[in-house]
Amino acid sequence: MRIDLDNYREILDTLTRNKSRSLLTGFGIFWGVFMLVSLIGGGQGLKELLNSNFEGFATNSALVWAQPTSKAYKGFRKGRYWNMEYRDTERLRQRVPELDVISPILYGNGGSAYYADRKTSIDVNGVLPEYQFFNSPKMFYGRFLNDMDIAQKRKVCVIGKKIYKELFPGGGNPCGKFIRVDSIYYQVIGVDYNTSGGMTGSDGSKLLLPITQMQQVYNRGNTVDMIAVTGRPGVVMTSIIPRIREALGRAHTIDANDEQAIMVFNTEVLFQMLDSLFRGVNFLIWLVGLGTLLAGAIGVSNIMLVTVRERTIEIGIRRAIGATPRMILSQIVAESIVLTLVAGMSGILFAVFILQMLEMGNTEDGIVSAHFQVDFWTAIMAALAIAMMGVLAGIAPAARAMSIKPVDAMRDE
Amino acid sequence: MIHLENINKTYFGAQPLHVLKGINLDIEAGEFVSIMGASGSGKSTLLNILGILDNYDSGIYELAGTRIWNLSERKAAEYRNHMIGFIFQSFNLINFKTAVENVELPLFYQGVSRKKRHQLALEYLEKLGLLDWAEHYPNELSGGQKQRVAIARALITNPKIILADEPTGALDSKTSVEVMELLKNLNKEEHITQVIVTHDPGVAQQTNRIIRIKDGVIE
Repeated sequence: MRIDLDNYREILDTLTRNKSRSLLTGFGIFWGVFMLVSLIGGGQGLKELLNSNFEGFATNSALVWAQPTSKAYKGFRKGRYWNMEYRDTERLRQRVPELDVISPILYGNGGSAYYADRKTSIDVNGVLPEYQFFNSPKMFYGRFLNDMDIAQKRKVCVIGKKIYKELFPGGGNPCGKFIRVDSIYYQVIGVDYNTSGGMTGSDGSKLLLPITQMQQVYNRGNTVDMIAVTGRPGVVMTSIIPRIREALGRAHTIDANDEQAIMVFNTEVLFQMLDSLFRGVNFLIWLVGLGTLLAGAIGVSNIMLVTVRERTIEIGIRRAIGATPRMILSQIVAESIVLTLVAGMSGILFAVFILQMLEMGNTEDGIVSAHFQVDFWTAIMAALAIAMMGVLAGIAPAARAMSIKPVDAMRDE
Repeated sequence: MIHLENINKTYFGAQPLHVLKGINLDIEAGEFVSIMGASGSGKSTLLNILGILDNYDSGIYELAGTRIWNLSERKAAEYRNHMIGFIFQSFNLINFKTAVENVELPLFYQGVSRKKRHQLALEYLEKLGLLDWAEHYPNELSGGQKQRVAIARALITNPKIILADEPTGALDSKTSVEVMELLKNLNKEEHITQVIVTHDPGVAQQTNRIIRIKDGVIE
């Protein structure tokens, strides 16, 4: 088809002739595109936000902790309290070779940390260096705990982001400084910016100590509050959980079938749930988004049909003075494309604008916590899809326009 | 210019209607002819066939030496565009286009460049005394002016023949006379072949030859 400015003027003329109708029709497309794009972006951002709660958290993992027994066993009555001990780590390693990281955790009673005149509330955890493979830290300053810290029971600590912010408001590297917790001074050796918390819950107020040091200082003897384990690659956690129970039950004289006494929380199940949740959400997003868009396109098609009927005489005149059916066809389809494209593009623009606002609202210290924005190619694909829709929406009206005979122009009522 | 030989046309509806029953007609180049007949006589059908707006069932129709038979829509559109100029009773201007844009339209479909067709359209409007009205929309023009715009539109492609369907039907008597004078002058001075369908004897009287059609045959 030749390029002629008047082709576009024709299209513009007919579309602007009935402004409110074009506007309302376009709004259907606009809203459909806006819904689809903003839902895609919003869903993705929400997923990222939720996932960031489990960021750095090993997916194929389980948490083991002790609860009062629920079954009588070997002369012990049920309801007996028991504790895991540090040696259980070794027992699990021997009995369940499928386990990769075995990380015992000791929980403190909370309390406060002090530096100079500053004070903040904290959660004290005693851990091994292996802990970093279970819930990987984002070291902003310094390093994580190492084996020497454990072996020498050093009074060192890794502090969370919130503790750092509150105790060192001036910023700067806090490593080497001493902070006080429960009248004992610990040297700061690292700052962990991972605030995801994961299963163990934290908002950056976690203070990590070498577990051996903590056992001694807090008089915890040999006990361990929780053991976090991860499976080796390819190991299905569910299949080795009975063996974990067996190993612990044998050592502590507990029925190996007592699921309540030896509590095992399988994170695999949780991640599966999250996964299927997001699959469901995604499905809904596409269903709603595409549905709305389709409704818009049908609206365009419908209105164009009405318009063509109204323009019977005009099209008849055009045919009588020499327009070929092809010219009429291309004009109607072009009108449909222009209408859907203009409306669709503004829909994309508006959605991108809204998503950008969302993203800015979720930005802290220049670090984006979740990306709501759709990427460039998604937008391009959406635009192409809209253009396609414009063509499809134009086909039925164009077919009707083509069937108009020039004679129809003569009999005008 | 026009050669019709035994043209037959039947409309197949609930009741088949034999409208044209063997029309034989020759119109020479430069003739100024009117076709008269009562409504239902088949004169509109004849005009549609002459204008390649409708097909005929049997017979021979030659327009300027070209056989018109079984044309594709595209070919028909092309012939209409190049060989025929239409003037309608109700002017049939496109309302959302200015006078000059209406006149340009046939050239637009010919693919003539924007500048050239605009200039040509202005020339024709000037010829018909409508230069001052070029940028006006049809609803800002009087009936006579509208019909003159339509005549300019018919003339701009330099057609072999002008077909007019009741060109004065929607005009008052004074403007009717003006329009007829215009058509007469076009024939006299520029030797443009014209066929006018009318049932107004006054209009028919001004043409050089009157063809009367009754019940599908020429009397």
